Amino acid sequence: MPTLECNFSGIKCLNPFWLASAPPTNCGEQVMRAFDAGWGGAVWKTIGEPITNVSSRYSSIDWAGQRMMGLNNIELISDRPIATNLREIAEVKRRYPKHVVIASLMVESKREAWHEIVARAEDAGADGLELNFGCPHGMSERGMGSAVGQVPEYAEQITYWVKERARTPVIVKLTPNITDIRMAARAAKRGGADALSAINTINSITGIDLDTLVPNPNVDGLSSHGGYCGPAVKPIALNMVQQINADPASVLPLSGIGGIGSWRDAAEFILLGCGNVQVCTAAMHYGYRIVEDMADGLLEWMRQKGFETIEDFRGLSLPNVREWKHLNLNYKIVARIDAAKCIGCQLCYTACWDGAHQCIHLDRTLPTPDTTRTPAQIQAVSSTRITTTPIPKLDDAGPQTAGTPLDRIPRVDEHECVGCNLCSLVCPVEECITMERIDNMPPQTWEERTASPTATH
Amino acid sequence: MSKPLLFSDHPPTPAETRARFPDLHPALTPQAAIPEANRCLFCFDAPCTTACPTHIDVPRFIHKIASGNVAGSARTILEANILGGSCSRACPVEVLCEGACVLHHSGQQPIEIARLQRFAMDAHQSAGAPLPFTPAPASGHKVALIGAGPASLACAAELRRHGIAATIYDARPRPGGLNTYGIAEYKLPLAESLREIDLIPRLGVEFRFNTTIDAAQLEELERTHDAIFLGIGLGAIHALGIAGEQLPGVTNALDLIAGYKSGAVLTSPPRVAVIGAGNTAIDAAIASIRLGAEEVTMIYRRGPGQISAFAFEYEHAKREGIRFLWHTQPAAILGTERVEALALIRTTDDSSFHLPVDTIILAIGQSTHSHVFADKVSTERGRILIDRATGQTSNPRYFSGGDCTNGGREVVDAVADGKRAALGIAALLTGTRREANHADIRM
Repeated sequence: MPTLECNFSGIKCLNPFWLASAPPTNCGEQVMRAFDAGWGGAVWKTIGEPITNVSSRYSSIDWAGQRMMGLNNIELISDRPIATNLREIAEVKRRYPKHVVIASLMVESKREAWHEIVARAEDAGADGLELNFGCPHGMSERGMGSAVGQVPEYAEQITYWVKERARTPVIVKLTPNITDIRMAARAAKRGGADALSAINTINSITGIDLDTLVPNPNVDGLSSHGGYCGPAVKPIALNMVQQINADPASVLPLSGIGGIGSWRDAAEFILLGCGNVQVCTAAMHYGYRIVEDMADGLLEWMRQKGFETIEDFRGLSLPNVREWKHLNLNYKIVARIDAAKCIGCQLCYTACWDGAHQCIHLDRTLPTPDTTRTPAQIQAVSSTRITTTPIPKLDDAGPQTAGTPLDRIPRVDEHECVGCNLCSLVCPVEECITMERIDNMPPQTWEERTASPTATH
Repeated sequence: MSKPLLFSDHPPTPAETRARFPDLHPALTPQAAIPEANRCLFCFDAPCTTACPTHIDVPRFIHKIASGNVAGSARTILEANILGGSCSRACPVEVLCEGACVLHHSGQQPIEIARLQRFAMDAHQSAGAPLPFTPAPASGHKVALIGAGPASLACAAELRRHGIAATIYDARPRPGGLNTYGIAEYKLPLAESLREIDLIPRLGVEFRFNTTIDAAQLEELERTHDAIFLGIGLGAIHALGIAGEQLPGVTNALDLIAGYKSGAVLTSPPRVAVIGAGNTAIDAAIASIRLGAEEVTMIYRRGPGQISAFAFEYEHAKREGIRFLWHTQPAAILGTERVEALALIRTTDDSSFHLPVDTIILAIGQSTHSHVFADKVSTERGRILIDRATGQTSNPRYFSGGDCTNGGREVVDAVADGKRAALGIAALLTGTRREANHADIRM
């Protein structure tokens, strides 16, 4: 039987699912309910000198009828006194000794201030510390959060101060609002960090209310840039995770963050080397209960793949990410349309003509292939067709049940197809358009090709 | 300026009748419409568009609903079909756009095109927006249109876009023909039909009601107009030709439907027999149930596999509790003062029996007109012969469309016919021809 139990930078975890430092971990009552729901750990909402928040605080991007594909917030760190947070951490640890509580910390950039908060958090019983060098709004204007994370020297210095005092593992949370996240990761490593977490939220303006012309979220007629998160940011997070884990000067145990909402997302972050994952937006959207399927689904996948532990598959995809110059130029695939599965929407056709290489055609019922007819010509013919409502018993027509008519099934010109994938990406039917390998030349990379003296490229 | 002519100012269908005929397909809320619109795949050269006789660009109008451009969505619909609201309610979409939806091929529910179209059209009406086109400068040409049904309305509106003067003549006091008087109230309320037609006079279309065109008037119209469009529909419902047909209590489906929609008929006698099994017969049978009939029996000389009603109409009739007598035909109508019973014969074994009834509704198809127009244009089995692409009849100055040419199809077919005829007339008179669809969208 596979297990989700794991060890992150020396911290024993019941499972790799932690709640990220955010509203879902604002207080002890919440964290205890989250643990009851199945979360293995929680990174407490960042503790520091209490702040005053504005209202409103969140805004989101809906996409194609789905709510909250991306979420943005301008909420600051905890608005509760440090002592209250620490007292509740102590209570949670007393009641849930096997669950992980990480104290997220942010104080002004002074050695004494950091020494004091580290000591107090550890005295309260925190299993580890996460340094919030990533928060992109509000606190950064006060010289904290991403204002630290964006300057490698500051990040290194503060990490160093924290490590002077810390007895528990120190996790540095990195901001993505930087050109190359490895610079910040290397700085944290130089400062002595035990682990990293990435990514924090991304600077964003989610959108503008087209009635009031005020961006969201609206605070008395004004807005401010906020931190973007949710499913929309996952690809950005995965890339940054890969960059860190592929860089020997950066690599440390890494807690993956960014758009994780399902076991699939978690598996992908772990395959790129993360030791565990942190979740926020999905829990804000659907509540703590989502962790049940995250655990169940990941275990089921591990069973199918024969993985016993998280370590068995951690980082397995890292070797598969390489620089472009190492890709095989002679690898050749072409699109194939399964006529039996095609429903005749012709999205592949219009996508190929307008967005790719004009190699999908609607000529299956013509006497000879015709690759010259444009989409406009085809539509012009349809618009002049005379159609009438069928009458039962009088006309044959009616709902089509005999499958897609041949003239609606597109044909790929395999000689012209460049294997770009676009048609298979827009196709709404699973496994209808597949990309088939047709190359017959030995592999050759760009690096190899340009190394040869007679190179052409 | 005088108040514009509003057909919908006429007394509407009585509230009690409306309550008995609530929408068969209720309106979508925005909360429901937007996810449904997002479900549309946005097919290229979409089969739903091709399946629509008026070629409404369905993916385009649905995409606009999804984007929040509901006004643009309504304009897209109206560009193709000026009765887009009526059609969204009355069209048998199961055999048209929704029947052609590609999602059928992957075992999914088709997009609810009709309800989305109604969503856009209702929003257009609520906003009090006009039809999305302005008449072209006057060309000096004049066309008379006989009959104020969907074919003539569509033809007249399209003629105005070409700057051609259009005057519509109708024997009834209100426009719309069967669109107003002949469609079950739970599909298309009379008030909705009139409200939609209210927009057409704003294009400069003239109306002459309570006017039956006789031979002399037709000669006059010929003299004073450049072309004539015949949108005269079909004639009265066929008689059975059996004894007792003149007894009080014998009526026909169209009179019943027009009667309850206009408020002249408020209730139904308890026992009703409907002769016939077409779509109109089913409308009349269901109307009887909704008006309080206790037992409604449909009588058809053949079996359920031979009926001319759409399958979904038959299913609806069964759900309403209509009883069917198959392989049965009327032999005589019995009664002294009024209808008391129907003498029936089973076509399978020629046995006969009596069905006690209080009223008999005939719905065995409409006859064709045989009057002044028959001398002017060629007909075949009573239908006016036209060139399908232009609506032109055998008489070059006469054009036609709708039920009088196709024997009785749908509102949407009449609209398509009328629009094509207008393009044919414009080509004849002005030598210009607009594209029927995918027209310019400048507005």
